[in-house]
Amino acid sequence: MENRTAAFDFTDDHALLATTAHDLLARRSDFGAVRSRVQHALGFDPDLHRELCELGWLGLCIPSDLGGSGMPLSALPCLFEPMGQRLLAGPYLANTLASQALLIAASPAQQRAVVPPLATGAELASVALYESDGSYLLDAPGLTATPTPSGFELSGQKTSVLDAEAVQHVLVSARLGGELAWFWIPTAALRGRISRERVIDETRRSFRLELSGLTLPATALLEGDARRALEHVQRVAWLVVAAEMAGGSEGVLALTVDYLRTRTQFGKTIGSYQALKHPMAEIMCALEEGRSLLYRAASAFAKHEPDAEIALRMAKAQLGESYAHAADRSIQFHGAIGFTYECHAQLFFRRAQWCEYSFGDPLHHRRHLAELMWPRG
Amino acid sequence: MTEPSPKELAEFQDQVRAFLRDHAPKPPRFRLPDSFMEVGSDEQFEYLRDWQAKVYAAGYLGLSWPKAYGGGGLPQVFQYIVDSEMARAAVPFMVNVIGLFWAGPTILKLGTEAQKQRYIPKILSAEEIWCQGFSEPEHGSDLASAQTTAIRDGDDYVLHGTKTWTSLGAYAAHMILLARTDKTAASKYQGLSFFLAPMRVPHVTTHRIQKMTGEHGFTETHFDGARVPSNCLVGAEGEGWSVAMTVLLFERGAEGGQAGGLAMVPLRVEQVVALAKQVKRDGKPAIEDPIVRDTLVRFAIEERGFQLSGQRARIPGLAGPRPFAVPLMGKLRMSEFRRRLCAFAVQLQGANANLYSGDPNAVADGAWQRGYMNAFSATIGGGTSQIQLNILGERVLGLGKG
Repeated sequence: MENRTAAFDFTDDHALLATTAHDLLARRSDFGAVRSRVQHALGFDPDLHRELCELGWLGLCIPSDLGGSGMPLSALPCLFEPMGQRLLAGPYLANTLASQALLIAASPAQQRAVVPPLATGAELASVALYESDGSYLLDAPGLTATPTPSGFELSGQKTSVLDAEAVQHVLVSARLGGELAWFWIPTAALRGRISRERVIDETRRSFRLELSGLTLPATALLEGDARRALEHVQRVAWLVVAAEMAGGSEGVLALTVDYLRTRTQFGKTIGSYQALKHPMAEIMCALEEGRSLLYRAASAFAKHEPDAEIALRMAKAQLGESYAHAADRSIQFHGAIGFTYECHAQLFFRRAQWCEYSFGDPLHHRRHLAELMWPRG
Repeated sequence: MTEPSPKELAEFQDQVRAFLRDHAPKPPRFRLPDSFMEVGSDEQFEYLRDWQAKVYAAGYLGLSWPKAYGGGGLPQVFQYIVDSEMARAAVPFMVNVIGLFWAGPTILKLGTEAQKQRYIPKILSAEEIWCQGFSEPEHGSDLASAQTTAIRDGDDYVLHGTKTWTSLGAYAAHMILLARTDKTAASKYQGLSFFLAPMRVPHVTTHRIQKMTGEHGFTETHFDGARVPSNCLVGAEGEGWSVAMTVLLFERGAEGGQAGGLAMVPLRVEQVVALAKQVKRDGKPAIEDPIVRDTLVRFAIEERGFQLSGQRARIPGLAGPRPFAVPLMGKLRMSEFRRRLCAFAVQLQGANANLYSGDPNAVADGAWQRGYMNAFSATIGGGTSQIQLNILGERVLGLGKG
């Protein structure tokens, strides 16, 4: 029934949100601002952060009865695409993932207690999914929780925990009696257990959590559907990072095209040489197709369509490669200046790398896509 | 025109489905071509012409063209429904592609009232087939250097020269022709004029050209003093280049207004997946090989990317910062995709990949091998992929000209 179903869920609200975000970040997140945030300990600008909280960006897709704006999940790219384009990091990805996970991992009563401050930005949260083996398979964490008379004791570590020093809470996946479980932990209880990771994308803040010996009260255990929450939070991550990558591709394409239109060698702008012009045209084509895959994934996910997982994994896989390639060629086509720290191409290159390998790299997603589309008997 | 209701569209879709179910032509004994560039025998041509006539008679072609010239006078969405149902039902393509997709829209946009009345209805009904006279033996990508001359003589122009790679040249009644009316013009662009030239007149001869596959599909067309009436000019004398550019926008799908129907047999990744399930590599079905699977997924993602981009480009809020990018890139992306996908389908066959059409053991009678070779018709015809990349780089990204 191809003609009876709209492939894209796109309303005036989406358009307004996207325009607002593009305009705001074009003004507030130029390369100077990006580089000053790299130097900042927490990696974000408190003034801009307050503004984004006031605009309701942190609670965009949180239901209105929990203090959010209640937009469909298809609205997330409207924010995260411009964020990727303008290289904004900050706690928005972490807080979005944590609050979305809570909507399923926590019981309704728990949600009422913890979600509303995350929707306004009064408090922030992050999510701890990954461990030091670097595996993308997250359903059997190595971190274990053992019941004690007063609650639980944890044993193990988490890695790649975004913005752990900026947030008040971390949502941690662990194994409890052989089953997946989620714990809601205040970062105040993690003093001395948080150490910053050195990651390739210098705009990000990422941390390792040493959790062995940490004791938690019984109330730290979330009482919702742990497995479905894991599935949901990963899908949100694929969507949001895919949106960042589409935006980042746009940003790095613009940077490279500007250079190719102005830099001259042998008496001509270097963009007039086909050895550079043709790859740029191919990069643009891949971006346009990636953007189509992204918007379709957003719609299919928001509307719970049967092909949502395929659409999301396709978007994450395609943009993972196409953004990394666009950034790779940007370095090369800038020539020697492209190899310097001063050239902005490296900002995109590092971001592209981070996005490609976070939440499933293209190879991982393609392997799953093959199983989804052509299951082996 | 009021916006059609979803109910109206759904009813129309059901009608189209019923028509295709009941009236799709039976597969012929002979091999059908995959595109209009491969129509090489009379039986192929007649079969396809009859099918187009039947579709038009049933009211499913030219739905958005004006009623006054034989069209349906309806919103474009009706034709989109027909086209997607035709793709779904995998029925043969419309043979008069040049007429339906670029000569017709150009006449409707730039032609005189008399030209519209004279030519449009018979484009739709396939009574008159159209071909295109742009490329010449010495000028392919460099179209503006065309040397075929059209010299005014009374009410006629007299043609001398040679056009080549003329798809459907053996069957066409008319040619859209770019010819030089002024050899002394200040620039090569200014001396060109655009004609709707008759093919079945004295001093026009066509010679079939054999393709790399050994099949036929296009001709070389010689003009040795053939006369074209001056009322066959589109635009004024000397304005041929801008008319030709309009033609190319239609040809590459960068501008809408085509009569519709399928222009070629679509090649889908699913078909190569079916092949991968059927053929074995080293004793196991190819589909079980992890590298084969990964490659197929890459193709599937690309295919989905084109399909969705076509739909996205029609939604202004989602078109992005370069609204012309998607329409201009379609021909490049899909033709290159088809070429690579065919090459991969051949690769799946292992040592049997070398068996060709006619060998009893050839996989699918060598259709993939032949398809791979024929795929170059679209990566070269209508402006090579390299020219398309120049266009995208220069007109969409604003990079300098070489």
